[in-house]
Amino acid sequence: MDLFGNLFFGFGVALSLQNLLYCLIGVSVGTLIGVLPGIGPLGTIAILMPITYSISPVGALIMLAGIYYGAQYGGSTTAILVNLPGETSAVVTCIDGYQMARQGRAGPALAIAAIGSFFAGTVGTLLIALFGPPLAEVALKFGAPEYFSLMLMGLVAAAVLAQGDMVKSLAMVVMGLLLGIVGTDVNTGAQRFSLGITELTDGIGFIVVAVGVFAVGEIINNLGETSERVVFNSNLSHLFPTRDDLRRSIGPILRGTGLGCFFGVLPGTGPAIASFSSYIVEKKLADDPSRFGNGAIEGVAGPESANNADAQCKFIPMLTLGLPASGVMALMLGALQIQGIQPGPEVMTMRPDLFWGLIASMWIGNLMLVVLNLPMIGLWVKLLALPYRLLFPAIMAFSAIGIYSVNNSSFEIYLTALFGILGFVWMRLGFPLAPMLLGFVLGPMVEEHLRRAMLMSGGDPTVFIRRPISLAFIIATVLILIVMVAPAVRKRRVEITDNAT
Amino acid sequence: MKLELSDNKDFWAGLMLIATGAATMYIARNYAFGSTLRMGPGYFPTVLGGILILFGLYILVSGLRSRPPPNPPPQSASKTRVNALMPGEGGEGGSWSLRALIGLPVAFVLFGVLMTYAGFVPALLVLIFGSALASPQFKLAEVLLLSVILTALCVALFVWGLGLPYPLLGGS
Repeated sequence: MDLFGNLFFGFGVALSLQNLLYCLIGVSVGTLIGVLPGIGPLGTIAILMPITYSISPVGALIMLAGIYYGAQYGGSTTAILVNLPGETSAVVTCIDGYQMARQGRAGPALAIAAIGSFFAGTVGTLLIALFGPPLAEVALKFGAPEYFSLMLMGLVAAAVLAQGDMVKSLAMVVMGLLLGIVGTDVNTGAQRFSLGITELTDGIGFIVVAVGVFAVGEIINNLGETSERVVFNSNLSHLFPTRDDLRRSIGPILRGTGLGCFFGVLPGTGPAIASFSSYIVEKKLADDPSRFGNGAIEGVAGPESANNADAQCKFIPMLTLGLPASGVMALMLGALQIQGIQPGPEVMTMRPDLFWGLIASMWIGNLMLVVLNLPMIGLWVKLLALPYRLLFPAIMAFSAIGIYSVNNSSFEIYLTALFGILGFVWMRLGFPLAPMLLGFVLGPMVEEHLRRAMLMSGGDPTVFIRRPISLAFIIATVLILIVMVAPAVRKRRVEITDNAT
Repeated sequence: MKLELSDNKDFWAGLMLIATGAATMYIARNYAFGSTLRMGPGYFPTVLGGILILFGLYILVSGLRSRPPPNPPPQSASKTRVNALMPGEGGEGGSWSLRALIGLPVAFVLFGVLMTYAGFVPALLVLIFGSALASPQFKLAEVLLLSVILTALCVALFVWGLGLPYPLLGGS
């Protein structure tokens, strides 16, 4: 069958010695920063992106993706052992995972989290392989109006479903779109917002924005807080879950995987939403809900599967439609563009090695996390003792060198500093930052498709509702907005996001 | 009233958006607007600037309407900590450090200047030392040691290892 032929081909690509190495580096770095609070996958991927210039597009993407799902894995490790979620997605895992650790059952909790994640990762991989090609086929027929409507839907959904204030998220998308059009207008050659600065005629660098906001801005913010970490000394001698643990976990893992896949393809819903929903479902279904919060293994198995499934399925819209569904996916898209590959449905036919190689590598990476990393947990946790005051200067140094190495330009260093300040101010004013990045990446494309659609239709804006596929996206956009503005949902949403953060 | 406003996050957020939107529209007025059929370079930014102003007004008004409680409830220690350390989510409560807000960007800018005029090693030393200086937990001996070790590591990794063509000492 075609599916297996393609997957087989993908494994051929991913199993090359070089790509295996990139995958290993990726998941190891990912686990590391997942364990370390104060630096997340967004910042890390942005900082490391310049290094990927010199390696092949496949290798680059394999490594960056590894950082992403490796971080989820590392985040749950600290959630269980130290009650500190290294990543947002692991917040829910803290509830029961840490209780299990306190009861001396950290080993089984970690093991079931790994097993659940691995299972979810496998299903996610299969789903991408199954639904990727047909989706891309549909997308190949899209014209400018369809793309514009699709991006509109993606951006609105990403802003509205993300955590934080809805209006502020939408405003940040617009802010990103505006930042994205700085530089030379491709249609007319006119300079826009470059303020007479030569370096700005090519636009603001993607990495400048990402590193400025997610690394420098984040550190400025972190330094304002005093933090100390206490590592809970847990008995890690027996790693294996009991037969009873396994029996209890099968259901939650299956349901969590399903929920994660569902939320995964929706734009904007972070892994925190998927894992939180899974936790709620498991608690509702349990015959004795009071066990939850006191070390129920279901409360670890479900959410951990959900957040990993979510992480994998986020790749579906990015790889097939060129539509990033989260901040990390926006970075991946940027990485592709930097490598000279225009994201979209063509990727699958023009660069099958990239598509299938990446998918296969995700499965291999998940396996690496279980086989290589699970036994090394003790080592990772030791790194928690590393104080932040020693860590952040290193992050600053890597950020600066990374930015400088892109164009050997001091100007970009200054610009990054500026975006650090902006990022900090935005954060303090309660603006979520990921929507800005999405808008920034898509900005030029949104404008381009809008212009083309208008030219095609002779300036008639009804073109967006006269073409069926485009109409469907517009209706979906309006529905999302209506549903989210409805008072009942709004209240519920606030509850969920409050609880999830 | 003034004191209340200085605490009102939404008020300032709205104001920031309005200012950005207005500035955008002001700059974009020099670009050809075109028509809906043939959009000029000014079309898209002008429209986006307008949308930004609308969002700003909404947030500003909602900020003025909801008065913040006079004494915000103290956040539990653990919650603040998690907020602070969550990447990309923005720590909203809690304190912030002017020292960091000034120190880190300045250290960054100095790195840029020194890369042009003094070379990789001095630029890195200043960046690392300057960054550490911005932390409230600054310890001189520790930071000196850290600067030297980190710089050596970076030289080994980036210049010798990855072969980045930067002079260790001296301008480029």
